[in-house]
Amino acid sequence: MKPARRKEEGRWAWRLTGFVTLCVYIFMFAPIAATVILSFNASMFGGFPMTGFSLQWYGKLMANEAVLAAFRTSLWIALVTAAATTAIGVVTSFALVRFDFPGKQVLSTLVILPALVPETILGVGLLVLIKAVDQPRTLLLLVLGHILLAVPYVVLITQARMVGIRRVYEEAALSLGASRFSSFREITLPLLIPAVVAGALLAFTISFDNTSASLFWRPAGVETMPTQILSMLKISISPEINALGTVMILVTVGIPLIGGVVMQSLTRLRRRGEPKEEAR
Amino acid sequence: MPDRSEASLSPRPVSAGAPGTVPNMDAGQPAVEFRDIDIAYGKFVAVRDFSLSIRKGSFVTLLGPSGCGKTTILRSIAGLVDISGGQIMIDGRRVDDVPIYKRNIGLVFQSYALFPHKSVFDNVAFGLKYRSVPKPEIARRVGQALDMVRLPGSEKKLPSQLSGGQQQRIALARAIVFEPQVLLLDEPLSALDANMREEMRVEIKKIQKATGITAIFVTHDQEEALSMSDRIVVMNGGSVEQIGAPEEVYERPATAFVADFLGKANMLAGTVSKSDGTTAVALAAGQTVNVTSPRPLKPGSRVTVVVRPQKLSVGPAGGANRLSGRVVSTSYLGGSAIYEIDIGGKTSIRANAPINGRIVREGETIEVGFDPSSCVLLDENGQRIS
Repeated sequence: MKPARRKEEGRWAWRLTGFVTLCVYIFMFAPIAATVILSFNASMFGGFPMTGFSLQWYGKLMANEAVLAAFRTSLWIALVTAAATTAIGVVTSFALVRFDFPGKQVLSTLVILPALVPETILGVGLLVLIKAVDQPRTLLLLVLGHILLAVPYVVLITQARMVGIRRVYEEAALSLGASRFSSFREITLPLLIPAVVAGALLAFTISFDNTSASLFWRPAGVETMPTQILSMLKISISPEINALGTVMILVTVGIPLIGGVVMQSLTRLRRRGEPKEEAR
Repeated sequence: MPDRSEASLSPRPVSAGAPGTVPNMDAGQPAVEFRDIDIAYGKFVAVRDFSLSIRKGSFVTLLGPSGCGKTTILRSIAGLVDISGGQIMIDGRRVDDVPIYKRNIGLVFQSYALFPHKSVFDNVAFGLKYRSVPKPEIARRVGQALDMVRLPGSEKKLPSQLSGGQQQRIALARAIVFEPQVLLLDEPLSALDANMREEMRVEIKKIQKATGITAIFVTHDQEEALSMSDRIVVMNGGSVEQIGAPEEVYERPATAFVADFLGKANMLAGTVSKSDGTTAVALAAGQTVNVTSPRPLKPGSRVTVVVRPQKLSVGPAGGANRLSGRVVSTSYLGGSAIYEIDIGGKTSIRANAPINGRIVREGETIEVGFDPSSCVLLDENGQRIS
């Protein structure tokens, strides 16, 4: 624990620090807490004071076909986005880390660029492009858009891990008779798994959460969870939205948390006792 | 077959004292042969005109400082580095265009490179799996290999559960279990601590002898090279300085570089003053010494007299050539001591002599001596006079 602080002012400094910290955390988590707590409110007005504990809003949610459809849509889009983005991220970072080719720097910057461009611009941009080639807005377009948004982050994650996987493992596999593909599948990919898991989770969350770009891209009549909430808000602030919000928090926080724990234990298992590479 | 006298290796029996090794090895067919290899990275030439032929079953060391191209050559045999000119043959087959995974070579890395996510068994079995060896046979041979590196029963362990020395043994087992045509060792001992290093040195040599495998070993450590090799290839700046048996390279260095790199020889510059019968050299330090020259030298030609510190005897009794000087420093090593002696003319020499009687301390004046035949003469270009 902290060493005893004898001086009066030291004690006050610590109290002040504690107080400010508390304020920051309240500021950060109060909206989340309010949403979660109010989702159990018996009152039909989505606000304080609480009038009693109830699960009726969750019941209503389960019966709301529009919400369920939006949830299913979002889930599918997020799963497809996660899978596709992870695959793209793995091969991209493998190429960027393991090979030298002309234009490598440019490519590695270009891959990250979508993360820096404002989402609204990307949203409009993709839409304009689709119009220009005279294509309808489809679910596929929405998925492609989400992949576009998530790829930079996944590449960053997998690239960081790939740099840490020493090339000598692949060389050893090759020297033992494994083809390049086999050595990737048997050696590189398993060592990359923590980054693959992390990247997939992040891509899933990015897709599942996305609002602004989805508003531009979704086909007529299709709602994702965030756009559904938005359109529900236009009518009223129903406690149902709080229940929906709580479900979303569970999905987007819970999944990465579980993934994080799994990943950490994997990494710990593998990192132990690797020798340092010495200059030759 | 090619007659590259500068490169052909000693006629030492292929598997002396090793029972159960492959008999009838074709002495004419080298295990590995380099013909005029050039390796360049862009404009940087890492290896120039390298030719070497390595006899089957022998242990050859590429020795040199960092950046001399030794690792590059090793990696070119494995196919991890592309050569820009010349040919590499393994067992008479040209391999320049054969991809690494089809070359059938065993590779041991400095950093072990055991697959961290695979058990010891899966690591060792890896090469067999890709050679379509049936499962029961794999289990048998992995067991055999682990016995050979004296780690039986470690099949289920993960590399992270092993010490550095144990990991390197497993790496060795992994590299030899599929009976490769050549075993390549890239500074396999330098990541180990000093005690382990010595043990592994003996171990690797034993296993190499027992299996009769052709081994190419890369190191910058002269002790490793001298103690393990049948042949040493001393390299510097991308080309070969000398190829020879350990004692040959040590006793009769071909160049100033070899003399200095292996064991820090004393190099005494001088001029030939007399050359009838015996050769006398007037040293820049002031003294004159008598040396044995393989051929008559012209008086007045500049030479360097190379004497190993171990060849210098300390005290009044030893050697025909006497040099006296003041001891600058004394390093006591237990059985012997290393003296640094200022012999005048801004020249100091090192003597490594057994201690008989008392240790000579700093500041005292002593005499050292050496026999005319226990030195090597280099010409003004740093080449051995022969």
